[in-house]
Amino acid sequence: MSTAIKETQKMIEEVLDAYPEKAKKDRARHLAANDPTGQCSACQVKSNIKSRPGVMTVRGCAYAGAKGVVWGPVKDQITISHGPVGCGQYSWWSRRNYYNGQTGIDTFGTMHITTDFQEKDIVYGGDKNLDAALRELKELFPLAKSMGILSECPVGLIGDDIEAVSKKAEKEFAMPVVPVRCEGFRGVSQSLGHHIANDTIRDHILGKGQLESSTPYDVALIGDYNIGGDAWASRKMLEELGLRVIAQWTGDASINEMGIAHKAKVNLVHCYRSMNYICRHMEEQYGIPWTEFNFFGPTKIYQSLRKIASHFDDGIKENAEKMIAKYKPVMDAVIEEFKPGLEGKRVMLYVGGLRPRHTIGAYEDLGMEVVASGYEFGHSDDYKRTYPEMKEGAVIMDDATLYELEEFTRRLNPDMVGSGIKEKYSYHKLGVPFRQMHSWDYSGPYHGFDGFPVFARDMDMTVNSPTWGLIRKNK
Amino acid sequence: MRQIAIYGKGGIGKSTTTQNTVAGLSEAGYKCMIVGCDPKADATRLILHKKAQATVMDMARERGTVEDLEIEEVLLTGYRGIKCAESGGPEPGVGCAGRGVITAINFLEENGAYGEDLDFVFYDVLGDVVCGGFAMPIREGKAKEIYIVTSGEMMAMYAANNISRGILKYAQSGGVRLGGLICNSRKTDKEYELISELAKKLGTQMIHFVPRDNQVQRAELRRMTVIEYSGDHPQADEYRSLAKKMAENKNLVIPTPMSMDDLEKLLMDFGILENEEQQGLGIGERKETSVFTNP
Repeated sequence: MSTAIKETQKMIEEVLDAYPEKAKKDRARHLAANDPTGQCSACQVKSNIKSRPGVMTVRGCAYAGAKGVVWGPVKDQITISHGPVGCGQYSWWSRRNYYNGQTGIDTFGTMHITTDFQEKDIVYGGDKNLDAALRELKELFPLAKSMGILSECPVGLIGDDIEAVSKKAEKEFAMPVVPVRCEGFRGVSQSLGHHIANDTIRDHILGKGQLESSTPYDVALIGDYNIGGDAWASRKMLEELGLRVIAQWTGDASINEMGIAHKAKVNLVHCYRSMNYICRHMEEQYGIPWTEFNFFGPTKIYQSLRKIASHFDDGIKENAEKMIAKYKPVMDAVIEEFKPGLEGKRVMLYVGGLRPRHTIGAYEDLGMEVVASGYEFGHSDDYKRTYPEMKEGAVIMDDATLYELEEFTRRLNPDMVGSGIKEKYSYHKLGVPFRQMHSWDYSGPYHGFDGFPVFARDMDMTVNSPTWGLIRKNK
Repeated sequence: MRQIAIYGKGGIGKSTTTQNTVAGLSEAGYKCMIVGCDPKADATRLILHKKAQATVMDMARERGTVEDLEIEEVLLTGYRGIKCAESGGPEPGVGCAGRGVITAINFLEENGAYGEDLDFVFYDVLGDVVCGGFAMPIREGKAKEIYIVTSGEMMAMYAANNISRGILKYAQSGGVRLGGLICNSRKTDKEYELISELAKKLGTQMIHFVPRDNQVQRAELRRMTVIEYSGDHPQADEYRSLAKKMAENKNLVIPTPMSMDDLEKLLMDFGILENEEQQGLGIGERKETSVFTNP
């Protein structure tokens, strides 16, 4: 075992020492020193298991995964938060999934629609209320292409038969009405919500859309939620590569696109965690291969363009090289501009299910090093994909607690932390440069050739802002 | 004010027994209130001479929220000034009746239904204690006394034992106690002895053995208690006697529920169940009629 691993292990043990015995034993399994080879068994973290009570996990719930991540961005579906008002209110477009359309006319992304349960709905059941809501919505928004009913916790407790209501409405409205059983108490994190949402896409939407004609270059862009315009940046590149993007899941997606992805020649997967399920299904059911790619930062972009092109003919492969040749000077210029201010800066990441590994390359392109990274709701396959991306001895964290994040920050002393809104203000108080890496801190896009200059600028502005020097550091 | 909750297997006669007993208590000069905790809302029918139309939850549904209700609308007065309220709730198969009970009792409390002048409040609770909502009447600060209505039928006894388990849980965290078993006779074999023994095993008493009498049915058809309908009938005296015993009862205990095995052994001891060899578990009376038998 290398010294780097041993030193990190020692540091982790010191951090864990503050815990009572049982909590310590439990949390120890979720923290490790990285071994890029994946050989060291002590360096593998446990994941996707129940959070320990009292540790202040920042995980979300199944509803967050199904509504906030997967279904929410589908623009011409009316997505109903079925239950009391809070879940809908606090997940109201918080992920900034951009879309084209006339909101309230043919698209509904930024609208907050809920059945707003009252005491009487709990006692007498919410199905009548839901049925009435569906009818009102149908009348108010005749251009809606689908309705999604996203269950909140009480719906599961009182046993509302949302399937029956959906079935009836589906027949009457002659459009999909999708019941999604994503009650928040199901599963250990938002991850199960992704799976549940994938299953409902499979059962209610996939295979039912219309695609007029096919080309040999049809692809589906899967797992890009168009946060701050990410999917647009990615789509543009795929089109320049000579491919035709027939579906974009689910950022700026239409229901028809959701229904025709099975006609793609290959599924291109950006967020593996939230969309691998449906890709596996399409592979088994329709024989469509899928491939993961990464459009964060030029190094990964070049690799990914070549990887994607490898599924197609020589023309596409040539296009990939042409694109790389064309954009490399642009990307090099960005690096030249920002690298001097960022070279050698150390980053700590704690994000959701993709970015803890996917953004590493972009930081490295700018001369930065990711010294610690972790997932809120990653599974073991995510960690397996992460180990090789990080240096030996880097800290790997699963379902980290606020205490651990703060302690690692004190000990590793990173120049920047990238995490979520719940962590943001505690880091501001610590006086540590911080970037909200779930919704790009109201910026973006970060994907693709369009995104990298924005990413580089944002990281520079975060790390090198003079503001941090004015904050009293509580060390 | 003594708050009393009546539990027991569904259909065992909780509502009939409660209303007749309360009629007896009122006759003896006590001021009483009945809170029906069952969506069927038939716990006050014999006192009001009609099914309560205005239940707390039904009214709340009509108005939108429970805050829009006035207490006078749902707290009705019946025979001999007995106050009556019904929680109400959904038809079977939808919603959450348990939450309805919680909401209704909270509403009654917050709006002063529990007046200083009351001597007794009775909660008549649906079937088994299926979820937290139906345990609401025995939570801290509410009913401290529980009576279980049972009979010599096996399932009624099972239910009584199960309810005792629920009481045990709340007895340990709060002050709730079991006051006794009320045997509402079904004229099964050795019923009196069996329920007396069951009561003993549960650490309590059979407070009264209510004999079966068609007069109860005749009174019910007129939506009346026996005491009101035919005060001089012997069955009316049975309820008066039960009322008196409850009013004077000091025997309040933490129950000692039995294991399934012990309960079955009790039934065997009384010859209700045969021992395992003789029982012929899963064998029909006429073997050849069993659908699982090959021809």
